[in-house]
Amino acid sequence: MKETQNKLLSKSKATREDYLGRSICYFCIGLIIALVVCILYFITTRGIATFTQNHVSVWGFLTGQNWNPGGVDSHGKPEVGALPMIVTSFSVTVLAALVATPFALGMAIFMSEIAGSKGTKFLQPVIELLVGIPSVVYGFIGLSVVVPIIRKVFGGTGFGILAGTIVLFVMVLPTITSLSVDSLKAVPMSYRQASLALGANRWQTIYKVILRTAAPGLLTAVIFGMARAFGEALAVQMVIGNAVLMPHGLVSPASTLTSKLTTEVGNTVMGTLPNNALWSLALILLLMSLFFNLVVRFIARKGSIKK
Amino acid sequence: MNPKRVNNIATGVIFALVGIVVAILLFLIGYILFNGVPNISWKFLTTSAQAFSSGGGIRDQLFNSLYLLVLTLILSFPIALGAGIYLAEYAPDNWVTNLIRTTIEVLSSLPSVVVGLFGYLFLVIQLQLSFSILSGAIALTFFNLPLLTRSIEESLNSVSSLQKEAGKSLGLSDWKTITKILLPVALPGILTGVILSAGRVFGEAAALIYTAGQSAPAVNYGNWNFLDPTSFLNPMRPAETLAVHIWKVNTESVTPDAHLISSASSAVLIIVILIFNLGARYLGNHLYKKMTATK
Repeated sequence: MKETQNKLLSKSKATREDYLGRSICYFCIGLIIALVVCILYFITTRGIATFTQNHVSVWGFLTGQNWNPGGVDSHGKPEVGALPMIVTSFSVTVLAALVATPFALGMAIFMSEIAGSKGTKFLQPVIELLVGIPSVVYGFIGLSVVVPIIRKVFGGTGFGILAGTIVLFVMVLPTITSLSVDSLKAVPMSYRQASLALGANRWQTIYKVILRTAAPGLLTAVIFGMARAFGEALAVQMVIGNAVLMPHGLVSPASTLTSKLTTEVGNTVMGTLPNNALWSLALILLLMSLFFNLVVRFIARKGSIKK
Repeated sequence: MNPKRVNNIATGVIFALVGIVVAILLFLIGYILFNGVPNISWKFLTTSAQAFSSGGGIRDQLFNSLYLLVLTLILSFPIALGAGIYLAEYAPDNWVTNLIRTTIEVLSSLPSVVVGLFGYLFLVIQLQLSFSILSGAIALTFFNLPLLTRSIEESLNSVSSLQKEAGKSLGLSDWKTITKILLPVALPGILTGVILSAGRVFGEAAALIYTAGQSAPAVNYGNWNFLDPTSFLNPMRPAETLAVHIWKVNTESVTPDAHLISSASSAVLIIVILIFNLGARYLGNHLYKKMTATK
């Protein structure tokens, strides 16, 4: 009697397993969230130390043109002007996205509208391969092919924004392409049929109907590409020249936020101003990455295709 | 211009753009393989690197890359699996889930150099793991988790809901349904995701420079005691990987044959990643056919 009662009132093995499995899953997702919070917290506290401990003004940091955290300027203040790096980072990002977008759009239109399944079958691996090539290999090719060509054509060292742009263009191309293909494929088939039934030819349909319907998605694709370009470190570092100067042209050596970080963090002592200033650069990177995310979310909310 | 002409011109432009992209890819792969493959020899793969003289190999870097990859997958797969199952099966459709998804998106869009710097700050300095394989593996886990989680979630979501309902109607618990029905069906997709992420991890360098370090101390490949500092299995030794090696010989080192080493190493890197990509494709298709009995 007692045994039966126990059996009926206690949880079965399956239920206990269920609880265990469920809690493992909750634990895993909790771990990831804790990780993100940790990253945000650590980088932020380190990044703002320049402003709270070393009393550098935020405005001066963002607009100063001289970067020499070890020394002081004529007023006795430390020289930590990050503007050259910020400008360079934005230039390579925007230029790379500008160059890559037409190519990516062409690829995407070709894959979703013109080529049948055969063309897509051939191009899909091409895109995946481009994604798979590691960034140091892009950097190495940039260093041994792109930089010498620029040196020959434009003179100078060959290092600079132009070389960075070319390398980043190839790197963001697959990102923008594959996301654009997705958004073109999400345009309902009935739109195409309606347009063709009205007598529009293929290009008219693509230009007047499909591209417009897919515009928010295409914009998202470009922004994701820009986010990738902005955060790319090693490939850019290898071809940009690493001189912390205001860029004077496309072929003068410069330095991006990421390239400065990769070359300098190991050479500074934790807790000193030169080190804190670098963490502030990392904080800018982090904030920009969050900003790109926010823009994507905003576009997604505004412009999702209504069916 | 009449619309017909515009249509032809536009089509021509699109074909030209596609042609250029394909040409770029062919050039990239061709350049790496033609320059690199002739320099790959058994000696190159089995001798250790030289800092100041030419003729160095990549034995230690290659092993470090593979070892780091295995450790990273061991660390990241269980967590990503749990998180993926949560998102696909347990997550209710409300603002909390939305927030969780946003968090994962943020993590996946963080530049890898930021992840690496966080690893440096948290693992190397705070937890005093120093520059080591373990720090590197954990940093790569951070970097790998969001993508792996998403691919696992997608493969689970693509399982037909009929399968789940069938499990439930047989009186199985949620957990039994997930582990005995959903996971086996989703296995090909999950495996493909894991292999593709392995390719990414194998080529990653920015997150490793300040976590796994930039030096490859001599190790003894006969010493299987992983607590011994000279053992090749010791997770607490600094370990320069192949990708970091390519970066290093091109930027900071004074090795005279840097170009040769980096082209050969790039070729090795690309070949391994190609094998991963093709393997993922083949294995995914093969398993799918085998398990669903389709042709």
